[in-house]
Amino acid sequence: MGRLFAVVLAVITIVSAAIFIARIWWLPPDISVLGVGIDHQMTETMIASGVLFVVCQLVLAMFVWQYGDAGDARPIKTFPGGATPMVVIATILVSAEILVLTLVGTKVWGGIFLSPPDPSALHIDVQAEQFAYYFRYPGPDGKFGAIHPELIDDGNGNFFGLDPANDTAARDDIVSASLVIPVNKPILLTLHSKDVGHAFYVPELRIQQDFVPGLVIPLHFTATRLAKEEIVCTQLCGLGHYNMRAYLEVESLGQFQQWLKDHAP
Amino acid sequence: METTATSHHAPPQGFLRKYVFSLDHKVIGKQYLDLALVAVVIGMVLSWLMRFHLGFPTTAVPGLGKLAPTAAAGGVITPELYLALMTMHGTIMVFFVLTTAPFAGFGNFVLPIQVGAEDMAFPRFNMMSFWVTFVAFLVLVAAFFVPEGPPISGWTAYAPLSAIGKDAGPGLGTGQTLWAVSIALFCVGQLLGALNFIATTLDLRTKGMTLMRMPLSTWAWFITSVIGLIAFSVLLPACILLILDRVAGTSFFIPGGLVVSDRLQPHSGGSPLLWQHLFWFFGHPEVYIAILPGFGIVSHILPVFARKPLLGPKVVLICLIAIAFLSYTVWGHHMFLSGMNPLSATLFSVPTLVITIPATIVVLLWIGTVYGARMRFTTPALFCLGFISVFVSGGISGFFLAQPSIDTYLHGTYFVVGHFHFVMGVAAMFGIFAGVYFWFPKMYGRMMNDKLGKLHFTLTLIGVYCVFMPMHYLGLAGNVRRYSTFTDDYMKGSLPLHRFITIAALFTGAVQLIFFYNLIHSRLRGAKAPDNPWQATSLEWSTSSPPPFDNFGGHHPVVTHGPNEYGVKGPTGDYIMQASSDQPVTS
Ligand code: HEM
Ligand SMILES: [Cu+2]
Ligand SMILES: [Cu+2]
Repeated sequence: MGRLFAVVLAVITIVSAAIFIARIWWLPPDISVLGVGIDHQMTETMIASGVLFVVCQLVLAMFVWQYGDAGDARPIKTFPGGATPMVVIATILVSAEILVLTLVGTKVWGGIFLSPPDPSALHIDVQAEQFAYYFRYPGPDGKFGAIHPELIDDGNGNFFGLDPANDTAARDDIVSASLVIPVNKPILLTLHSKDVGHAFYVPELRIQQDFVPGLVIPLHFTATRLAKEEIVCTQLCGLGHYNMRAYLEVESLGQFQQWLKDHAP
Repeated sequence: METTATSHHAPPQGFLRKYVFSLDHKVIGKQYLDLALVAVVIGMVLSWLMRFHLGFPTTAVPGLGKLAPTAAAGGVITPELYLALMTMHGTIMVFFVLTTAPFAGFGNFVLPIQVGAEDMAFPRFNMMSFWVTFVAFLVLVAAFFVPEGPPISGWTAYAPLSAIGKDAGPGLGTGQTLWAVSIALFCVGQLLGALNFIATTLDLRTKGMTLMRMPLSTWAWFITSVIGLIAFSVLLPACILLILDRVAGTSFFIPGGLVVSDRLQPHSGGSPLLWQHLFWFFGHPEVYIAILPGFGIVSHILPVFARKPLLGPKVVLICLIAIAFLSYTVWGHHMFLSGMNPLSATLFSVPTLVITIPATIVVLLWIGTVYGARMRFTTPALFCLGFISVFVSGGISGFFLAQPSIDTYLHGTYFVVGHFHFVMGVAAMFGIFAGVYFWFPKMYGRMMNDKLGKLHFTLTLIGVYCVFMPMHYLGLAGNVRRYSTFTDDYMKGSLPLHRFITIAALFTGAVQLIFFYNLIHSRLRGAKAPDNPWQATSLEWSTSSPPPFDNFGGHHPVVTHGPNEYGVKGPTGDYIMQASSDQPVTS
């Protein structure tokens, strides 16, 4: 029975690892500046922990195969050197790995979430609601109109609760259900929610960020390729959660400017 | 430590006192395990329904259309029913299975006997602990029967979705209130239990049972109680605040200016992040409440079947304590992307990574224990080995998630689902299975069928790897969690893999019928168990199977040895019982 277990475990380990190595399922191609660092970090971690995974499982399988009770008088053996050397080596190896990953990883994380956005970034305001996203461009004046929750009226298309009658900044705001951006241009999003928690996730951009009611959360990135990808909500937000999606459209600068013109109110 | 414990209670009289409102820790332990058994069946059926829908999104579930004519018209699961199933599945499994069985169930039955006590320190509290937990379970299950159905906000019940009420969606009215009441009651039940475990371990140890001679299983339950005492006393007030937000118009978790279902909500000034902090301050330690008893069970059982002492038992103990301590410093790793200050992500990431050090050490010591052993591959031994394997698999995915720079991609995907099902779902379940197969003879005086046990083990091991390993692949591909379907453009490509997982899950579920059959059949017809069928050393094996009501038949065992005396020349074999007066003879 021990040997059966050993074989089953070895097969499971090898098949599982092979599928990772063959990258049969893997991250979609990256289309962002900061994604490179994330992918690098992912690969490093995959190698380090993959080795640990395979070694642990196979050594366990080997010992199980080897050390079954065959009913003979074979004496038991203690692990060579006892617990101490093993503990010391494990501590040093894992600590070193942690140190390296943290140092490199913090730089990558910092690049996304701790560094200020590029001063020339295009600022787009994003509101999430059950079960849609709305994206707002400031228009020619470069200013967003103020948000008045009591004026929010989805039926009339006033998703942001703008007051164009009294608020000049609100008059030229462009509101869209898709996030249309120019390629290679730093983008700054400010995320806020109308109702409950939501999230902004674009696997191809390698970023994810929650919308938290009551907070305005900045998020910046730069897309490096023309693309049309899906933005998905990853924070459970109610019955339509599975359907809360929008498109990210990365266009050339010319196309983008044309798009802005076409959508001016 | 010497105790002067007098008999807490005479042998119980009458059916009610004996089997229902019993003060006997052994009966209460069994009650907890039976509750977990009922809960796990319900939880499992819910997961089959979810999996069925994910694999076959347009196919009707036979019979479901009749059971839930609105939520599943024609038998096809609607998105809101899917979320309700998911919420109830997670809540039932985490609270009423993974907390009750390994901790309250086995802890209650075994801990007092392992320290040589007649009962728990506070038998009345102990009885209350179970019955409050039982009521909590009824309250939760009642959510199935209220008009708008069960809550849909997940086992984490993030505010404001969970706090606003009806406006936020179906099930978020009465159903969600029942959820919060149930969890609050559950906290009370577990707090009573944890206090009891701590007092019993500290005060009721028999003569010679020094702390260092306590089996690691008892150590693990003791440490788990300390974690539980802190964790549940944070979740309890959090649930009370949530209930107040829902029914009394307070705004602890709800900020101003929210428009839900076209209505400006009459709240202001609260913080959704406050709920997340309170929840995860409980939630991360909770995952260790689920797994540490498993650590203890494996550390206790593995040497029994390896027929050699555990490698580095003191190191294992230090690691358990270190894990318990660290588990309170890492809760923010669930919130890297929650909008809290991104600097704190780094602060939470480091202790999360550090916690992998003691975890790795314990795993290596287990594997080192198998080296040079004379392994007896009984069913409980196999489940211990399986535990090691699945814990390694789940721990390793934790290594990815612990890094904010990678979590920014993997958070909210099936990678997380794969991770926590391996460590919490499967590893903790394997610990429970190991415990059931190991202690069943002591509990019921009968043996379980070992052949069926091995069949159950082998098929389950293959099954769980087929279910949960592919979830990591899905997560890498960006497949998000908590979605009821992946049929239209987004993630359409993942459907075949989801279908594979569904088939594997239904298969693994069917395999559990072997276990249920074995359990019931052995209780009624199993071979009579000797007092010490496994040739183990700890005190529960020096009394009869099952033990008398006061555990040791009127006398107090005197402990002269540690629990780890295997592979020595003893009076009756290669081991020396803890309560044996013989000196060890090293071979
Ligand atoms: C080896 C050490 C471990 C590390 C480094 C680790 C790390 C993490 C991290 C960083 C997350 C958050 C992922 C995310 O939401 O993006 C997470 C989620 C989770 N972990 Fe672990 N973990 C470890 C062990 C465990 C154990 C032992 C258990 C349970 C017995 C566990 C249960 C969970 C659960 C239940 C969740 C997800 C909760 C949810 O979002 O619904 N983890 N883990
Ligand atoms: Cu959403
Ligand atoms: Cu955690």
